[in-house]
Amino acid sequence: MNEPRALLNLNNLSKTYGSNRVLDNFDLTIYDGEFFTLLGPSGCGKTTVLRMIAGLEDTDTGSIQLDGQDIGQVPAEKRPINTVFQSYALFPHMTVFDNVAFGLRMSGVAKAEIAPRVTEALDMVRLGDFAQRKPAQLSGGQQQRVAIARAVVNRPKLLLLDESLSALDYKLRQQMQIELKRLQRKLGITFVYVTHDQEEALSMSDRVVVMNKGKVQQLGSPREIYEQPANLFVAKFIGEINQLAGEIVAGDVNHEYEVKVEGLKWRLHAEHSFKVGDKVNVLLRPEDVRVEYIDDPHPDQYLVGTVVERNYKGKTLDSLIRLPSGIEVIASEFFDEDDPSFDYSLNQKVALKWVPGWEVVLPHEV
Amino acid sequence: MKSSVGQFRFWAIGLASVWLTLFVFFPNLLVILTSFLTRDPQATVSLPINAASYVRTLDLLYLTVLWDSLRMSLLAMVFCLVIGYPFAMAIVSLPKRWQPVILFLVILPFWTNSLVRTYAIQFILGNQGIINKSLIGLGLIDKPLQLLYTQFAVILGLCYILLPFMVLPLYSALEKLDVRLHHAAKDLGAGPLSRFWHITVPLTSPGIVAGCLMVLLPAMGMFYISDLLGGAKNLLLGNVIKTQFLHTRDWPFGSAFSVILIVLLGFMLWLYFRAARFVSKQGGLNGSDF
Repeated sequence: MNEPRALLNLNNLSKTYGSNRVLDNFDLTIYDGEFFTLLGPSGCGKTTVLRMIAGLEDTDTGSIQLDGQDIGQVPAEKRPINTVFQSYALFPHMTVFDNVAFGLRMSGVAKAEIAPRVTEALDMVRLGDFAQRKPAQLSGGQQQRVAIARAVVNRPKLLLLDESLSALDYKLRQQMQIELKRLQRKLGITFVYVTHDQEEALSMSDRVVVMNKGKVQQLGSPREIYEQPANLFVAKFIGEINQLAGEIVAGDVNHEYEVKVEGLKWRLHAEHSFKVGDKVNVLLRPEDVRVEYIDDPHPDQYLVGTVVERNYKGKTLDSLIRLPSGIEVIASEFFDEDDPSFDYSLNQKVALKWVPGWEVVLPHEV
Repeated sequence: MKSSVGQFRFWAIGLASVWLTLFVFFPNLLVILTSFLTRDPQATVSLPINAASYVRTLDLLYLTVLWDSLRMSLLAMVFCLVIGYPFAMAIVSLPKRWQPVILFLVILPFWTNSLVRTYAIQFILGNQGIINKSLIGLGLIDKPLQLLYTQFAVILGLCYILLPFMVLPLYSALEKLDVRLHHAAKDLGAGPLSRFWHITVPLTSPGIVAGCLMVLLPAMGMFYISDLLGGAKNLLLGNVIKTQFLHTRDWPFGSAFSVILIVLLGFMLWLYFRAARFVSKQGGLNGSDF
């Protein structure tokens, strides 16, 4: 693989509205051709970053470089960047064709070139037959696709998508996720996607930055973010996670520690460095938790818990298990139709363990 | 609950209908009827029914008045639009809490009788008025400029009285304009002028048409403006009608002119509703804020 080339550099961006600091010394590099996602809860500053890149929002401090050129002072209309807005913001008085042609006309593309390019863009989003309709005559999903066509037809260096799928229903959203990803590969345009939906972020992105309160929490591939969350916020924001309190009992050089969790001592691996006596959080994904009948033979140590809830989800069986300390752990297991002892009854005592090494050990945070 | 709403609706619509029938429909019917009667020195009007009054309106003299008043009203409309549009845009660009204040100031002059305000313009424009006195005082001119009793004075008067009618519909159209569409246009490479021309103007066209009609329609009939500011030469259609009713006592002829004015205004309103329907077909936006 080639060394990725930096396309966009955000250096030290800050923004304050009144007393509210929405962006705090924010740095980011986005590579050419990648599908990059800004993920975070509402109010984390992700949309502000997007609007700054688009040029629709001023920066208080910091610089924005596109292809090595500072574009901080370039007005939005002169930036080779286009946006798919959350509201779509289609021009209601223009046909679909005119909407898509708008950017080309504004940049003075030759008349003869406009029609074929618009048609091509509309065909790409499978709306070729809708060119003469008005936006109000289209469904939400179709309007969404017009908004995408209207942006990509300009062949921008960077395509920004602001919560672009959030207005669609679940099924359509899933379909559009696949379509967007496919489109991005085909066009080779760098996509910067903003969302609060972690599932969307994980399934579409090459890299994700998780943001909270105007700051970067973690930057990495979807897999890194999910499997090695850098802190408790990321761990909890990305999917469900079980949190057990622990204490370092003994440590050694290779980041292997002896950790006391729920009264038992476990040998666990941690990326962080700890001292003996440090309080830690041991985090477990529900799908990494194993639940077994207590009568079965157990070569390793296990925790004993009581089943307080069992939730049939179709694909999985989600059980809520209460440990003696009162902490409740969610275990999500795939069905095994050949295993007669799969299901549990309420109040049943079960053995609880997890795949060694799949846990995440983080410093204790309140 | 439902029946009380139903009752309210019944009475509200009922009262409005009675009002409109008594004070709009019947008077207009009377005007139309009168226009087909004959002038009678004793009884004001009498039979037989004929269209002679309409034939008389085709006289070159009256056609000239019609044309003149249409031209002056159109000019007033254009000036109101040119002044009113930036003005309305300026109001919309103000912080939300200041907008009602400015709108209040726009309609404040309505609290003074427009006749009184027209007299005030007469004093300003007159040979001994503020403008001429100041210019002479400054030594820029030797003798007063003839400002009063000109077409200019009439158009100025019309603009002054009617400007709020232009500003208010423009304001309401501009205020509804979605700023996100501007962002989208900007994002797609449209500079300030292009955004104005391709987004603002088409999407506020119902406001533009409404404002233009609100100025043009009354302007044709504002006889006291031309009486006070225009002298004998610069007549509006309203002056002709007024003269027929109050001085010449030719009610059928005055009525015929009134009918012509109504038809003319009705035609313009029809144009407006066509334009409004055309724009309202175009729907709005989806989703929440960007």
